Amino acid sequence: MIIDSPRVVLATKSEHVHGHGVGDHLYVHKHSIVHDLPAQVKVVAALCFIFIVVLTPVHAVWAFALYLTIIFVVVGLAKLHFPLVLRRMLIEIPFVIFAVLMPFFGSAPRIEVLGISLSEAGLWAAFGILAKGTIGVVTSITLAATTRARDLLQGLEAIRVPAVLIQIATFMLRYSAVVTNDLARMKVARESRGFSATGIKHWKVLAHSAGALFIRSYERGERVHLAMLARGYNGTIIDLYKPKVVRQDWLTALVLPVLAITIMTIAWVTL
Amino acid sequence: MHMPDGLINAPVSIGAAVIAAGAITVGLKKSKGTLDSQTAPLAGLVAVFIFAFQMMNFPVAAGTSGHLMGGALASILVGPYVAILVMTVVVSLQALVFADGGLSALGLNLLNMGIVSIVVSALLFAGLMKLLPKTRTSIIGVSATVAFISVLASAGAFVFEYSLGGNATYNIASVLISVMSVHVLIGIGEAIITGLTIGAILATRADLVYGARKFLPAQNLVIKASVVQSNV
Repeated sequence: MIIDSPRVVLATKSEHVHGHGVGDHLYVHKHSIVHDLPAQVKVVAALCFIFIVVLTPVHAVWAFALYLTIIFVVVGLAKLHFPLVLRRMLIEIPFVIFAVLMPFFGSAPRIEVLGISLSEAGLWAAFGILAKGTIGVVTSITLAATTRARDLLQGLEAIRVPAVLIQIATFMLRYSAVVTNDLARMKVARESRGFSATGIKHWKVLAHSAGALFIRSYERGERVHLAMLARGYNGTIIDLYKPKVVRQDWLTALVLPVLAITIMTIAWVTL
Repeated sequence: MHMPDGLINAPVSIGAAVIAAGAITVGLKKSKGTLDSQTAPLAGLVAVFIFAFQMMNFPVAAGTSGHLMGGALASILVGPYVAILVMTVVVSLQALVFADGGLSALGLNLLNMGIVSIVVSALLFAGLMKLLPKTRTSIIGVSATVAFISVLASAGAFVFEYSLGGNATYNIASVLISVMSVHVLIGIGEAIITGLTIGAILATRADLVYGARKFLPAQNLVIKASVVQSNV
């Protein structure tokens, strides 16, 4: 049931919750060393890891093989199912096509592969985009699958992301299901009147739905704001639960970027 | 379109992140007047709306579909400064919660889909509205034009970043042509939907459209005497 009140923001985390919270779209509930790490530690480790991967020269193929192995070890440690991770990797497809076509159009020198003339530079660039993009998307999926949206926002607040942005994000996640349901109700209402969107002539109806959706969302925002003011909201959200970060958490998470930076250094030195 | 990791090299990605952070800081400072921290719920619901708006795919041609960006719409509806915050939240959460768009490319994605399209829309909207009569029709027309150009500006920003640090071997001219031709189509879709959406909101709650607020006459509540005499 969806209740139009802001109390979720003030919820404590004293109880151990199973299942999905609000806004946990990709979250997979498991008990693992990766799930237990504080969100900010994971975000920092993932960001450092990705930047190191992006900075690695493409010709060091072995380095990317190692990165991929490492990130899949993290997937294993997080007890995530590999088919699930593979399915979510499909989001990358448009760029796979972009990369795969590249060797056919690239400049000389060209090499023969199975009787087809391909650009050597194009092949390397395609490999780079595929390798870095794939490692990146697996890292993002692992982060999203092991971190609750609520913990993520608390973590970001702890590393000094401005409070206004955190609050906007909190409300966005809190009300995304409500607004999506609004959208679904409008769709049912349109279709029960015999409407189906097939082409350009129906855009006007869709735009009217979008307009109505904006007005409903905005008015809901006004109501929520007034309801919060009535409960003593003064612009700051008091969090009764603050996750503790110990040095051990940082040491555990930083294994990932430290391994990566070692690999990158060797890759540059031996190139 | 959310860029993945590795498409643009690290120095350009970091440069874009620095510019994006600067723009967000300006947005945070300037929105204090219109959006003090007390109205975060409102901005949050606008963010949900933009997020839902982006999920609306519309058929373009030959089985392909485009999705909307919403930068121009956000800028006209809530003003450029709040719009920057809203788009920042939407694009960042897409990367962090939905794994859509690379973490190292977050600065680039924020710059292209948020900041560039919002800044272009806001400037163009203000400029065109100075020249045109302050009517509902011109607000709708200007909104559509601004939306079209903002999409091209986003695509142009991508081509510029690609020319600075693209890790690919397509030459700039062919990237420019292919990216721009696709985005002309997407831009037409964005323009029509944005214009119609603004029109729909103007018809019922014109006071909610930031861009129109100064141009539309204040609507006073008028209580008219009943024309029909009741004979009860």
